[in-house]
Amino acid sequence: MTAAAALRVSPPPAREAAPPRPLIELDRVSVTFGRGEAAVSALAETTLKAAVGDFIALVGPSGCGKSTILRLVSGLLAPSSGNVFVAGREIGANPVRIGMAYQNPTLLPWLTVRQNVMLPLKIVQPFRAAWRRKKRGEYRERAEALLRQVGLAGFGDKYPWQLSGGMMQRTNLCRALIHEPDLLLLDEPFGALDQFTREELWATMQDLWMTKRTTVLLVTHDLREAGYLANRICVMSARPGRILEDSDVAFPRPRTMDLLYTPDFVALTQRLRALIMGVRTAATL
Amino acid sequence: MDRLLARLRAKAPSTALILGVFVAWELACLGFGISDIVLPRPSQIVATLVDRWPALWPHAYQTLYTTIVGFGWGVLIGVVLGVLIGSSRLAFDTAYPLLVGISSIPKVAVVPIFVLWFGAGTVPAVLTAMIICVFPIVVNVATGIATVEPELEDVMRTLKASKLDILWNVGLPRAAPYFFASLKVAITLAFVGSVVAETVASNRGIGNMMMIASSSFNVPLVFAGLFILAGLGVTLYLIFSAIERRVTGWAHRKTELAVTT
Repeated sequence: MTAAAALRVSPPPAREAAPPRPLIELDRVSVTFGRGEAAVSALAETTLKAAVGDFIALVGPSGCGKSTILRLVSGLLAPSSGNVFVAGREIGANPVRIGMAYQNPTLLPWLTVRQNVMLPLKIVQPFRAAWRRKKRGEYRERAEALLRQVGLAGFGDKYPWQLSGGMMQRTNLCRALIHEPDLLLLDEPFGALDQFTREELWATMQDLWMTKRTTVLLVTHDLREAGYLANRICVMSARPGRILEDSDVAFPRPRTMDLLYTPDFVALTQRLRALIMGVRTAATL
Repeated sequence: MDRLLARLRAKAPSTALILGVFVAWELACLGFGISDIVLPRPSQIVATLVDRWPALWPHAYQTLYTTIVGFGWGVLIGVVLGVLIGSSRLAFDTAYPLLVGISSIPKVAVVPIFVLWFGAGTVPAVLTAMIICVFPIVVNVATGIATVEPELEDVMRTLKASKLDILWNVGLPRAAPYFFASLKVAITLAFVGSVVAETVASNRGIGNMMMIASSSFNVPLVFAGLFILAGLGVTLYLIFSAIERRVTGWAHRKTELAVTT
């Protein structure tokens, strides 16, 4: 690591200085879909707290309710029992700005890349109020700056179909961040990309997080991705999901690809893998 | 210049086919000695068209007028209904069977009812044109709006976008290609509707003119009417297809690329 890179190593994350109430608090939350015989329990008595500035990865076997947690936090889904607090208030009532990105980039094909990125500014207050005045100047600049940061300088006037999958996903990340959300929800955003593109995007994501310090909840199947990006990894059990283990990831930042081949990192991913394999077999037995 | 040439070249076979059909028609009539009371030659029809133009154009104007007015109302009603139905699952499930039922009634059958209510003339023609072109517009607009990706809707909802925001920023632009594609169909159907109504109950319009001409066995004039209808129909279709390409080019980029390469 060069001296310059060492200087850029982040100060310890804001967890120590966290306010008394965490940004996200799930208090014994259960979610059940359907009723009676056909009822499926997706989440059982899950408790999770996230402080401002946390980067939490949720990993676990498929169908364990990882995405359900994101939908709860974003207010798209109401819990069957228990409480979900975001910024100390019940969901729906909170003034928190949320950005979201899925595996499917869902860019609007009739808008340019820049217009796609600017879309949240047209909808979210307080940006919305100034949309008419600022869309040509300040907002445009803001979108360009963000695009530059993810390596898409000069692509603002292209249309989504002119981009590769990785570039679309970069645009998607920009769209999720343009309105400076307090909370970024990522649902397997890099899942559909090839290995090399995915690793490039990890670096981009880390870079974005280190400059913005947005609180992030990342749902992923990729343990290396979780280890590389997150400050905390929550392992979930098979359906109905619960959080089995919540561990801190202490590797210094900025993390590099070389980290992925160090014994400590390999040990971490192996341990997580064993945990998940364990709950998978338990569920199928 | 190269693009123009390429486009002309792409159009050449279809143009040749159309001209070929007319030439074959002309030659067949001459060769088999078909009487012009059965099937007049294209050259005769064109001559009649030129000859009788002063008497024909008010009819052509009337037909065009009823078609456009009926189409205009049809678009208005179709878009409003389509947006309403497409924005809500419940409205879609509730209203769709009724719409299918209405659309499956042969539209000729409703003309007598319109005549009963409004008398013969312009109004039944406009109404028939309208009712016949509403359905494809409703279905297309509703489909475009109802098929917004669920992930995109989630993204919008986490941004606390209202239903109206989603409709305005996502639903409507997304439905635009469907809408403009349906306009091409609708304008042709509106034309059918107004001509049918004119044939049954009117004292003006190409449909009415053709009825009178056929009852006096003026077959070239009947065919002249047919040519006018064909000309108007094709022109309207081309206009709306040009509008479609201009407005919703993003949805057609693949075919466009195919033409230029």
